[in-house]
Amino acid sequence: MKAFQYVRANTAKSALEALAKDPSAQFIAGGTNLVDLMKRGVTAPDKLIDISRLPLNKIEKVANGVRIGAMSLNSQVADDKLILEKWPLLAQALNAGASAQLRNKATVGGNMLQRTRCGYFYDTEMPCNKRQPGTGCGAKEGYNRMHAIFGTSEHCIAVHPSDMCVALVALDAAVVVQGPKGERTIPFTEFHRLPGDRPEKDNTLGKDELIVAVTLPDSPYTQHAHYLKVRDRASYAFALVSVAAALELEGKTIKSARLAMGGVAHKPWRLQEVEKALVGKTVSEATFQQAAQQAMAGARAFEYNAFKLKLAPNTIVEALKMAAGLTA
Amino acid sequence: MKTSKKTIENEARRDFLKQSSVLSALVLSPEKAIKDPNWDEKIAAPFEKVPLKLEINGVKHTLNVEPRTTLLDLLREQLHLTGTKKGCDYGQCGACTVHSDGQRINSCLTLAVTEEGKKITTIEGLAKGDTLHPMQEAFVKHDGFQCGYCTPGQIMSAVACIREGHANSEDEIREYMSGNICRCGAYPNIVDAIMDVKKGGQTV
Repeated sequence: MKAFQYVRANTAKSALEALAKDPSAQFIAGGTNLVDLMKRGVTAPDKLIDISRLPLNKIEKVANGVRIGAMSLNSQVADDKLILEKWPLLAQALNAGASAQLRNKATVGGNMLQRTRCGYFYDTEMPCNKRQPGTGCGAKEGYNRMHAIFGTSEHCIAVHPSDMCVALVALDAAVVVQGPKGERTIPFTEFHRLPGDRPEKDNTLGKDELIVAVTLPDSPYTQHAHYLKVRDRASYAFALVSVAAALELEGKTIKSARLAMGGVAHKPWRLQEVEKALVGKTVSEATFQQAAQQAMAGARAFEYNAFKLKLAPNTIVEALKMAAGLTA
Repeated sequence: MKTSKKTIENEARRDFLKQSSVLSALVLSPEKAIKDPNWDEKIAAPFEKVPLKLEINGVKHTLNVEPRTTLLDLLREQLHLTGTKKGCDYGQCGACTVHSDGQRINSCLTLAVTEEGKKITTIEGLAKGDTLHPMQEAFVKHDGFQCGYCTPGQIMSAVACIREGHANSEDEIREYMSGNICRCGAYPNIVDAIMDVKKGGQTV
């Protein structure tokens, strides 16, 4: 690993000041992704600003929802009583990600900022527009089994690897960020980006900004919510496809729905049109099949990931059935 | 006295390794070994070290480390606590699992400097003198290993798994132990060992 300078920040203000002094510096919180990337030479910052001690690790009930500090650990959120009671989908998604050890280190803010696990991004001998803009995309014509089927561009077909973010985008979360000019709030749907012609830019966070919290509005999705992750082994693997499904039911009628997919795009893939179409429908396999079909509009596969065109709708149907209580 | 002798031995060993790596590098690529300014061991010396206070297995340490030193390398290379193993070094296998303030973490993905002031427990800190920890006893009893390389990480993780309350069924244990890979495939016996300790109700 290349040597770097190390600065420890004790407040968000001092962290932002340290960043302003040296815009090439990077924040480190849990480090579970960053240290990995630094060891492999994928990234080599000259300076790290340690933000793991910032007093931003509280999970607080606020008016109309909850505010989760950006330094809250993934395990802390997954085990939090309030989250388990009111936003069980988030706890399920968190527990589907990584391992117990990693969840004890990884923070909420860091989870959002983790980089893609595309093999071409990780291998510094390979072309990758995300790692080194202008070098091309190795995955497009390469081994692209794990890659995106929605929202790809000619420059990048990588997926965002987070499970947590799939639940957050489904549950209408917002991201609170702090910068030199103060705080601003970004809807979660607008936080991560599609690759377009700037695949090196994963999200809309400013270079001079710090994530301080994620907020979730009160939600009716406490009973009928399910996070279903399909992967190559039973646990501790990234998603081939994952689905966050949440239903608000009146008897068998769907009053409202929330639906998002992971493992299929450069960002957590919210399906708002499908959600709208589900409103007023009766809970049934046929309803969910229809929803899954609608969700797949515009999907495009590459040489090795065509299986996702079948796996994704099947996973949607299964997740909705589980959310609705239609399966054992 | 014992420690200083160990240090000398270790440095001698390291010098030997350094020399042998120079030799092999020369054989493989003479120009690179001599001219490459990024050659690790050459440029490491001048780097500034950061003071670090840690309590490890109940002993307080005041240390100096380079910021890029991982907790795993600090434990093994500087403190000679070689019970904690380096498997993949990328957070994929769990062989390096230790407890930091009671929480299990991968020491290979943890920069030592970020642990300032914390209490670290390694496999060496579990037994009380010659009395094995109940989880160590259970791994012996159930034959929870073959080659044994992943075992320190498995045991540290298993202790945490029970403490966290995630060892209530075989399925739950498998899920919450998934961050510890065993290439020998001792999983059924590892699960048995953990179930045994959990059912025994001993304090871990």
